[in-house]
Amino acid sequence: MAGLILDRLTKRFAAGAPAAVDAVSLDVADGEFLAILGPSGCGKTTLLRLVAGFERPSGGAVRLGDRVVADGRTHVPPEDRHVGIVFQSYALWPHMSVGENVGYPLRTRGIKGAEYRRQVAAALDTVGLGGVEDRRPASLSGGQRQRVALARCLAMSPDLVLLDEPLANLDVHLKASLLDEFQHFRARTGATMLYITHDQSEAMALADRIAVMAHGRVEQLADPETLYRSPATAFVADFIGMGGIVEAVLPAATAGGRTLVEIAGHHALVRAAAGQPAGPALVCLRPEDLALADDGLPARCRRAQYQGGEWLVELTVDGQEDRQLQLLAKPGAVPAPGAAVRLRIGDGWVIPR
Amino acid sequence: MPGRGRSVAAERSLFWGLAALLGLIAVVPVARLMTEGVMPGGIPGLGPFRRVLADPATWVALGQTLWVSLAAMVLSGLVGGAMALIVALTDLPAKRALVFAFTMLLMVPSQVTTIAWIELLGPSSALLHLVGLAPVPGTRNPLYSATGITVLLGLEHAPLVFLGLRTALRALPGELVEAARASGARPARVVRTVIVPLMGPSLIAGMALAFVSNIGNFGTPALLGIPARFPMLTTLIYQRLSGFGPRVLAEVAVLSLLLGVLAVAGVLIEAWLAGRRDVRVDGAAAAPVRLPLGRWRWPVMLLVWGFLATTLLVPLTALLSTALVAAYGQPFGLATATLENFRFILFGHPAARRAVANSLLLALGAAVLLFLAAVPVAYFAVWRRRRLMRALVLATELSYALPGVVLAIAAILIFIRPVLGFTLYNTLGIILMAYLARFFTLAHRPVAAAFRQLDIRLEEAAQMSGAGFVRRVLTVALPLVAPAAAAGGLLVFLTAFNELTVSALLWSAGHETLGVVVFSLEQGGDNTLAAAIASLTIVATVGLMAIASFLTRNLAHPVLPWQA
Repeated sequence: MAGLILDRLTKRFAAGAPAAVDAVSLDVADGEFLAILGPSGCGKTTLLRLVAGFERPSGGAVRLGDRVVADGRTHVPPEDRHVGIVFQSYALWPHMSVGENVGYPLRTRGIKGAEYRRQVAAALDTVGLGGVEDRRPASLSGGQRQRVALARCLAMSPDLVLLDEPLANLDVHLKASLLDEFQHFRARTGATMLYITHDQSEAMALADRIAVMAHGRVEQLADPETLYRSPATAFVADFIGMGGIVEAVLPAATAGGRTLVEIAGHHALVRAAAGQPAGPALVCLRPEDLALADDGLPARCRRAQYQGGEWLVELTVDGQEDRQLQLLAKPGAVPAPGAAVRLRIGDGWVIPR
Repeated sequence: MPGRGRSVAAERSLFWGLAALLGLIAVVPVARLMTEGVMPGGIPGLGPFRRVLADPATWVALGQTLWVSLAAMVLSGLVGGAMALIVALTDLPAKRALVFAFTMLLMVPSQVTTIAWIELLGPSSALLHLVGLAPVPGTRNPLYSATGITVLLGLEHAPLVFLGLRTALRALPGELVEAARASGARPARVVRTVIVPLMGPSLIAGMALAFVSNIGNFGTPALLGIPARFPMLTTLIYQRLSGFGPRVLAEVAVLSLLLGVLAVAGVLIEAWLAGRRDVRVDGAAAAPVRLPLGRWRWPVMLLVWGFLATTLLVPLTALLSTALVAAYGQPFGLATATLENFRFILFGHPAARRAVANSLLLALGAAVLLFLAAVPVAYFAVWRRRRLMRALVLATELSYALPGVVLAIAAILIFIRPVLGFTLYNTLGIILMAYLARFFTLAHRPVAAAFRQLDIRLEEAAQMSGAGFVRRVLTVALPLVAPAAAAGGLLVFLTAFNELTVSALLWSAGHETLGVVVFSLEQGGDNTLAAAIASLTIVATVGLMAIASFLTRNLAHPVLPWQA
């Protein structure tokens, strides 16, 4: 078992080109499940390929446990890194049976005979696919193929497992069952896991911590709740959860804890980090921070959509029509589109500057 | 609406005109050959069959054709396969140049390559005299042997294996390789356990194609095998026909049917395997495979370019040095070098001058006519999915696989008597007809590929806008596929300009082609003149390849075989 340390890891695909991965430093603890979350093109897949060894870094270093696997001088090839990968496309070899696919990493290490068969069977049993050794990958469903890919990873008992959007090709129900499978995998192996995704619900469901990436940089690294409640940047606030940023003014520098802000002439008490200067600021307001009221911040309903149980109401604060807020309303208390409403602000977060 | 009526009539007459043309070039020759086999001279009888099968020479030629073709095929598989692995899978630099140079082995006509090797290794080798390594005068050229034929055929057709395998390798999802490496497999193991098993069908399919080309090849076995008294089927047919004339037509028809059966067997194996090379992988389009060479980069570079220098540059230099000496057998030197041979063939030798004009005319005629036919044929077959056209296109693909000798015999059978009052026999016309039949597929394939990549909705939008058939084809289909069609036309021009096999059987006095003149000069012992024409052929070949590359440089998908 081993942790993973990225030290100012940088990758440029051409000299002078913008960095696909830009001085990323991460410290993933031994046995931790870390998700890398970001929109497409943010550099998360390049980051994964750097860790796996399929790309050489332009700068910085990758350390696996106490081994330096990539820096300016060394580049340990992928086959010597002992890093398991679960690919989005599963990457099962079509010319091999399921058993041969799972047993491949064992064969590369020279494991043969009864021990080989036992380990293949055990890996397949663990993912709930006992007895399919002789079938071809093409005869399996998408969910089963992903389980085989997972079993192949299990068979190599890796120090670190990289998962590259492993659920992107599956439907909602299969996703749920495979999320369980990943939890199970982790509990069983105790392996350090790095999970690449653009789907925040997957990241939140699985990860101890999430690194949100944009433009090759890590915007914020935190546990899911902190990420949601106290986003470090406007990008994170926007990308995680359902939007909800308004312009505000801080009357005085903050000292931490709750602080008074002024939004469109109305006062509200929100949380803030210590040392934020007085003046204009952005405040993140989550749906559960807001409620419809008789008095408070004037806003206008733009749209309401039924979500099953509750209605999701989209609003804009008067004077800030380009910024959207959302709140949840009970059936029967949903304003009509275009109606003027008032908002009570129960909580919020001043996005640090 | 009168406009609509005209448009439908234009579409109908074009469709049936093209169908008749394809029937003429793809179905009639094979049918005519078969009837000759069972009805020699129009009278039913199996006499020619019996005579051919009872003749031991048939079996000798058949056996030699088979084993030489199989051995050359294995050589092509090794060379072409290794080159494909290196080019498609590694980060070797300067791949474009490499692919271009390697494909030249195929694009330089067989008779020219063979002459170049003869000039390189023979006792009169101007190049070997220069370095003092020439064999003693009077010794036989080592190439005049079964081994010589095998090695040259293997080299010439290695690009066929290379091109097919490279296409398949490029479609191989990189993740399959990455998964193996992440599982701890080193590059050599990845190649052995993942790449080779997945690519097996493509490799064998490419080898089957090389086999078909080997059995149909004429230039190499004629120039090497005839002096060595080593007959193969193509040279046996040629010698019978040029020795005894049209009265042995029935027998050579049977021989060429024999050759045709071998070719069809090879093509069927290829087609069967082509259907099985589908490597399906789920999910997003994966990045192609790139195995880093690391410290092996320079050794591998040295290996591949060294190979190309030996197989391409050195023989071609030998050829040029022979073309530059005044008398055959003289050592080459700057003091003795002369352009006299070039001057003589271009201005002094009447047959050579005629041949340049004839070959230009034939190549241009075939290229233009086939360009014009290929676009609407592909339009009907690919976009409109007309069944008859698709079936006829399939027939042209099959007849393309038939060796040129087979087609030439069929052409003689069809045109030896006037057809509808026209006499084509002993004119350039019969060669042109044979070229249209032989090279239609070369013109059609790039256009069909272009149509397949284009959305049929482009056509439907024009239809919705009220454009009739002629307008749609001229304003939508033609401009979209024009670059691919031009590339196909250039390919036809290049191949027809260098052609020997068909014209060797169909030429007549005054109607020689360049290939025939080179071949006759070399056989007649005028090696320096043959070398001069061959050198010019190479310049033309490289020039045309470069022009074709330039014209198609902006296409999203490469349409020329040598494009990376």
